Amino acid sequence: MSELRIEAKSLCKNYGSLVAVDNLSFDVGAGEVLGFLGPNGAGKSTTMKMLTGFLAPTSGTAEINGHDIVNDSLAARRCIGYLPEGAPSYGEMTVRRFLEFIARSRGFEGKEAVRAAGFAIERLNLKRVPEQTVETLSKGFKRRVGLAQAIIHDPSVLILDEPTDGLDPNQKHEVRHLIREMSSEKIIVISTHLLEEVHALCNRAMIISDGRMLVDDTPAGLIARSRYHDAVTLVIEQPERVASVLSELPEARKVELREGELTVFPAEGCKLFQVISDAVREHDWSVSELRLEAGRLDEVFRQVTQGGDAQ
Amino acid sequence: MSRSLNAVANVTRRELSGYFSTPVAWVFIVIFLVMAGVFTFYIGSFYERGIADLEPFFQFHPWLYLFLVPAIGMRLWAEERRSGTVELLLTLPITTWQAVLGKFLAAWLFVGLALVLTFPVWLTVNYLGGPDNGVILAGYIGSWLMAGGFLAIASCMSALTRNQVVAFILSVVVCFGFLLSGLPMVMNLFTGWAPQLLLDAIANFSFLAHFAAISKGVIDLRDLVYFGLVMILWLLATTIVLELKKAD
Repeated sequence: MSELRIEAKSLCKNYGSLVAVDNLSFDVGAGEVLGFLGPNGAGKSTTMKMLTGFLAPTSGTAEINGHDIVNDSLAARRCIGYLPEGAPSYGEMTVRRFLEFIARSRGFEGKEAVRAAGFAIERLNLKRVPEQTVETLSKGFKRRVGLAQAIIHDPSVLILDEPTDGLDPNQKHEVRHLIREMSSEKIIVISTHLLEEVHALCNRAMIISDGRMLVDDTPAGLIARSRYHDAVTLVIEQPERVASVLSELPEARKVELREGELTVFPAEGCKLFQVISDAVREHDWSVSELRLEAGRLDEVFRQVTQGGDAQ
Repeated sequence: MSRSLNAVANVTRRELSGYFSTPVAWVFIVIFLVMAGVFTFYIGSFYERGIADLEPFFQFHPWLYLFLVPAIGMRLWAEERRSGTVELLLTLPITTWQAVLGKFLAAWLFVGLALVLTFPVWLTVNYLGGPDNGVILAGYIGSWLMAGGFLAIASCMSALTRNQVVAFILSVVVCFGFLLSGLPMVMNLFTGWAPQLLLDAIANFSFLAHFAAISKGVIDLRDLVYFGLVMILWLLATTIVLELKKAD
C-alpha cells in the first residue's frame, strides 16, 4: 500500500451502441474530496462502477493505489470502500450480522470481524438498532448502514454514489458531517447532482456529461465561471430609473432587472461593489438589500452541461 | 487457498442464514416433506408392495425436484439483482466464482437438510422389515447429487433475469429437458436421422438414467463424474452470465 492515488486512464464504457463513458482520464490524490457532478445519465455511476471493479471498462483502465482495476481487481477492491447507489443491503439480516458478513468478506476473521462491525456501528451511530433487520430501518438509518459497510475496513479510498440522495435535510447534514470527518487522510469520491453538496463537501469538482469530462476545477473555480461572479444585486425602489443610471457606469458591463431585483454585472477586471455603494449614497436611493454575488453553481452547471449561455 | 475457502464459506453462511430468517426455508421443508410422504405412501403404494425398500420414495424425487428446486434456485441471483445487492457483493474482494459457488452451496446444503429430514421414512422401513441400508444410502446420495444438478441449472437461469418468476419458469423448462432427455418419447424424436453419437450423448444427458443407476445401489464413478460435471459447468455458465449481464 504505497501511494494513495486513483489514476483513471482513458476509461471508456459502451452499452451496445450507447457510449456511457467516453475517454475519461483523471488523477486524484490523498486528501482530495472529489465531487462528480453531472446530469442524470451522464456516466457518473458507470464510472464509479468501473473504479470499484463491478463493471469492466470497454477500453482503458484505472489504478487504485497502484493496483490495476482490470488485472489486479481484488487488490484494488481491497483498498476501496464503496457505497453503491441507493445503499443496497441484505434486508433480512440484522445490522450487526450484515456488518459482520462484510467484515469477514473483507478478510477479518472471528473476533476481529465482530470488533470491526462494532466499531462501524459506533462510528455511524447505529447503537440503537444493531439487532434490527435492515429492512425495518428508516431511509436515513439504511444509508448509515451502507456507509458503515463502506468504512468497515478503514479503506484509503472511499467511493460514494449519491450518498445523501433522498435524505431529509437533517440526515443530509449528518452524512456530510461524517464524510468531512473522514476526509483528511483518504481519497473520497462522491457523485451527486446536488450542487450545494459540492460546496459543502468537496475540494475538487468534475462535471461530466454524456460520458465526457467538461470541467475539472475547485468549487471556488467553478463558481467563478458564473457570469454572476462578482456581480452586485440590489433590491431598490424605482429600479428602472436606477438601472438607467447604473448602466452609465464605466465599471458596469450590463444591468439586468428581474423579479424586482436589479443585478449589475462587472466589466472585465472591475470591482463593482464599492462603486455601487458610493452611487447609492450619492443619489440617496432607498435600498432594502445590497449584496455581492459569489456566483451561482446551478447556472454554471447548466451552462457547462447544455453548452449554451444559460438564462 | 484458505483465504478463498473462507470467502466461499462466508457467502454460504450468509445465504443459509438468509433462508432461515425468511419463511422460505420453513415453507420449502414442510412442502417437501409432505409431498415426499404423499408420493411414497399413496402414489408409490409403499405398503401394498410388501417390499422393504425405499424405491417408491426415491422414484418420485426427480419429479418433486422439478418444481421445488427451481423454487429455491430462482432467488439465488434474480433477487440480488433486483435489490441491487449484487453490486455490493461483487465489489467485495471476492471473485464472481467464489460468490456463485458460495450461494450454490448454501442452497445445496439446504436441500440436503430437507432430504435428511425425511429420515422417518427410513425409520419406518427399518421398523417394518430389513431393507438393504447401503442401497438406501446410495439412493440418498444420488438424490442429493441430482438436486445439485437441478440447482446449478436454476442458478444459471436465475442469473439471466432480475425477475424471479421468469427465472422459475426457465429453470423448470431446462430441468425438464435434462430430466427427460433419455426417455423413449424424446429419443424417438431423434432416432432415424440423428447419428448414433448424438443419440448416445442425448441419452447420457438424462438425470433420470444416472439417478436410477445410483439409487439401485451401484455408485459408479461415471455417474458421480456426470453430476459433478453438470454442476460445475452450469455454475461456470452462471459466472459467465453474471459477468455479461451485470451492466443491465
